[in-house]
Amino acid sequence: MTNGWTDVSNADVVLVMGGNPAENHPVGFRFVMEAKRLRKAKIVCVDPRFTRTAAVSDLYVPIRSGTDIAFLGGLIHYALTENKYQRKYVEQHTNASFLIAEGFGFSEGHFSGWKDGKYDKTTWQYELDGQGYAKVDPTLEHPRCVFQLMKAHYSRYTPDVVANICGCTAEEFLKAAAMITIAAAEDKSGTVLYALGWTHHSFAVQLIHAAAMVQLLMGNIGMPGGGVNAQRGHANIQGSTDMGSWNNLPGYLKIPRANQGTLADYLKANTPKALRPNSLNYWGNTPKFMTSLLKAYYGPHATAANGYGYDWIPKVAEGADHSWGTFFDEMHAGKMEGLISFGMNPVANGPNTPKMIRALSKLKWMIVAENFETETAAFWRAKELAGSEYPQSMKAEDIQTEVFLLPAACFAEKDGAFVNSSRWLQWKEAAVDPPGEARRDQEIIADLFLAVRALYEKEGGKSPEPVLNMQWNFAKPHAPTLREVAREVNGVDLETGKQLNGFSELKDDGSTACGNWVYSGSWTELGNQMARRGQVDPTGLGLYPEWAWSWPANRRILYNRASADDEGKPWDGTRAPIRWNGKRWSGDTPDYKADAQPDSMAAFIMLPEGVARLFAPDLVEGPFPEHYEPAESPVDNALHPNANANPMLKTYKSDMDAFGTAKDFPFVAITYRLTEHFHYWTKHTSSSSELQSNFFVEVPEELATEKGIVSGTKVRVSSARGDLEGPALVTKRLRTLKVSGRKVYQIGLPIHWGFVGKVHGPLINKLTPSAYDPNCGTPEYKGFLVNLEKIG
Amino acid sequence: MPKESSRREFIKRSTKGAAVGGVTAVAVPAAAAESAPKPLKTAHTHQSTSICPYCAVGCSVVVHTLGDKSRNVKPAIVHIEGDPDSPINRGTLCPKGASLEEFVQSDRRLTTVQYRAPGSREWTRITWAEAMTKMARRIKDSRDQGFEATDAQGRTVNRLGNIAMIGGCTDTNEINYLLSKFRFGLGLLAYENQSRL
Repeated sequence: MTNGWTDVSNADVVLVMGGNPAENHPVGFRFVMEAKRLRKAKIVCVDPRFTRTAAVSDLYVPIRSGTDIAFLGGLIHYALTENKYQRKYVEQHTNASFLIAEGFGFSEGHFSGWKDGKYDKTTWQYELDGQGYAKVDPTLEHPRCVFQLMKAHYSRYTPDVVANICGCTAEEFLKAAAMITIAAAEDKSGTVLYALGWTHHSFAVQLIHAAAMVQLLMGNIGMPGGGVNAQRGHANIQGSTDMGSWNNLPGYLKIPRANQGTLADYLKANTPKALRPNSLNYWGNTPKFMTSLLKAYYGPHATAANGYGYDWIPKVAEGADHSWGTFFDEMHAGKMEGLISFGMNPVANGPNTPKMIRALSKLKWMIVAENFETETAAFWRAKELAGSEYPQSMKAEDIQTEVFLLPAACFAEKDGAFVNSSRWLQWKEAAVDPPGEARRDQEIIADLFLAVRALYEKEGGKSPEPVLNMQWNFAKPHAPTLREVAREVNGVDLETGKQLNGFSELKDDGSTACGNWVYSGSWTELGNQMARRGQVDPTGLGLYPEWAWSWPANRRILYNRASADDEGKPWDGTRAPIRWNGKRWSGDTPDYKADAQPDSMAAFIMLPEGVARLFAPDLVEGPFPEHYEPAESPVDNALHPNANANPMLKTYKSDMDAFGTAKDFPFVAITYRLTEHFHYWTKHTSSSSELQSNFFVEVPEELATEKGIVSGTKVRVSSARGDLEGPALVTKRLRTLKVSGRKVYQIGLPIHWGFVGKVHGPLINKLTPSAYDPNCGTPEYKGFLVNLEKIG
Repeated sequence: MPKESSRREFIKRSTKGAAVGGVTAVAVPAAAAESAPKPLKTAHTHQSTSICPYCAVGCSVVVHTLGDKSRNVKPAIVHIEGDPDSPINRGTLCPKGASLEEFVQSDRRLTTVQYRAPGSREWTRITWAEAMTKMARRIKDSRDQGFEATDAQGRTVNRLGNIAMIGGCTDTNEINYLLSKFRFGLGLLAYENQSRL
């Protein structure tokens, strides 16, 4: 979230789209209700399904799953043509005025530069002056400025087109647009709350880009009650994102590529240059972040002479990708030997379950550390436990994967910090010891790593240096305390031995070590900031600066400098998160230099542009979000039938990666969670299992009538990947939609069951396709095609 | 204290007029009508603060444990409730959070190391020491087999493509950081977590 849960009550308009907080984030939803109660905020809920969030909204608009970009594009068009945008904000705080290269354009579903299934992005770049700064037209009149290009791009997204694609009516869309754009007024704020309903698409990143564009046009970024707010689905999913993934080191530092052979090459390629004279360009400090991380990793082995051990960090081949879909595809092809899983359950939560099971059966070995036996740990028993559901599964005797299932501590048995969706690092205490022989994860990881290291010490082997030089100097190496680890993550001055106060103290000369620069400040000489329990709220905006600690720098609202104009005057004096007193900014931690004059630099200090990107040339399928159909869709793309799905869609070609068409699979399926269950975990607890014991299929009333189905009728849902059975729940919640002149039905599939647990049921991902977003690799769990048959 | 009796006690007292608020209310003190009300089951507990491990709202919880170390008794959880101090949840919890105690104490929790040999039809129990020896050997053998110190063009790449590591969505930051050290120690390329799913 750019903002946070407690800030939502500052909103005048709440757009809930791609999420269902009333059911899935019920406690967070309190703040939506507070906004409604205290500020008379309007709630607009746009969702394929009439949820309990919809039930308390001022306006509900049904849409077809996977058409959100069309809806948001329609909002952009509406805002620009009806003059419902915050003009001064757009002029001052966005790249609307930036000029784009000659030749940029869009036709028949592709941006300029499309050739042989790839994009050459030359024409997507800013036009630069002799000093390397982007040229701008502050009047926003130049035909090649972002503002005019944006206006032209979205001119196609009229209310009728939106209605035709999404399946709502133009009147419903216009009502929503009028309500959402209340926030265009300088003294009004609107927030956007989304979750997996947006990220589970093959155009997920562009979808969120579209939401950011709407919020920038409304002047909502940096404002209390504003922002783009991912509710996130797991307790420390934000923290695990912050700590890196296949393409990131901790702190969003990019993984090195093979052509970045030295630290100098890496820093040159990954340290951005300011694109405007007044841009602070904070990522210009990348050398300090990276060098300090390498010092934390390699300690005394990291010296100036060896580039601080940069050689030992793996280098990914140029253009290669090692995301979830790719390495499971490699595993399925027999190219991987081992899998180490700490609390993940790919058989349940990866797309295309049969492919996941088959992939695991090709491994030599697998290590699973868990609270419970999961479907992943027990994948080799799928035939025994659920043979009728997984007929293609191999017999246990024929699976050669060696499996280690390690009993691990649960949340209450270990301390450490979780980062919630507000970016608050909240420290927890260990209340009890793990049961039986179960051990804390830090001890399991330490033991295993040190055991591997001992083998290299004893026997040598292939390139032992990365293993041997990784610093592991904890007081108890086999059982590091998380307090000690947290101090290392915060960072330390290696000369004084003192904890750093924050990332502004990091150096690029090897004199500081820091495990994750965005967390620097979380454990200072004053102690553990994440364990703070202060109740004060000096701004009255619900920022609670002394409760826990928020990254970065305990800032509660990202981009808060944009809550005021270039001169420092707040857009809304009644709820300014920061104020300029002539010498310093006060209030929230300013997202700006604390003592910098308001007009001395641009507001978005993290971006080389110094302003926010309406036009984002770094995304792979285009600088503006465009509506593409899901990988499987019941209709042709109404805007450009020859470019139906995302041109850069990521799919794989194994024999298990089938895709279906509307001829065989005419219905759109969506997956979702229920209030009573958490993911695939609470099927191991009694009350959740009692409250929602059975899988069911939500079937729209009209379709049920057509097929002679009533609630309780046994139905079969099938996709090109497989099929499953369960009782129907006939519902009014899924309205029949009219799309491109024809009826479209959507089927609802709750996700929480599997073949181990107190209650059993089909794994929904048996049906979902291996279709992934090309920017971030998230799978398309929403908006795929199925057939529905009555069998009982 | 047996759960049933405390629940009956709770209902009995509630019906005598004590207000019940919030989904996770602890047994509320009875109105003055009771001459000598039983003490709350949480009256003598040790309280630890924690965070709910489910969704990302980040509700604070108070974990009540009983058991006095001097009596050589392992502390046991007797109750988990919302933390009234948290500005996020102010003591409330959702139905899942309200049953966290069951999660920690589920009879399905793993308490021993389980091993499944290639081609086997069953789990067998092994010791941690045996598991560690075997696992370290597997990791080293695979790494020695698959490690690429230089690529086809002779560039130093120090990478390993035949082992994948996944996890982290309910691991704490510190555990994820240790995993990152493990990951880069091995040189792993394939590393993902729930944030991409």
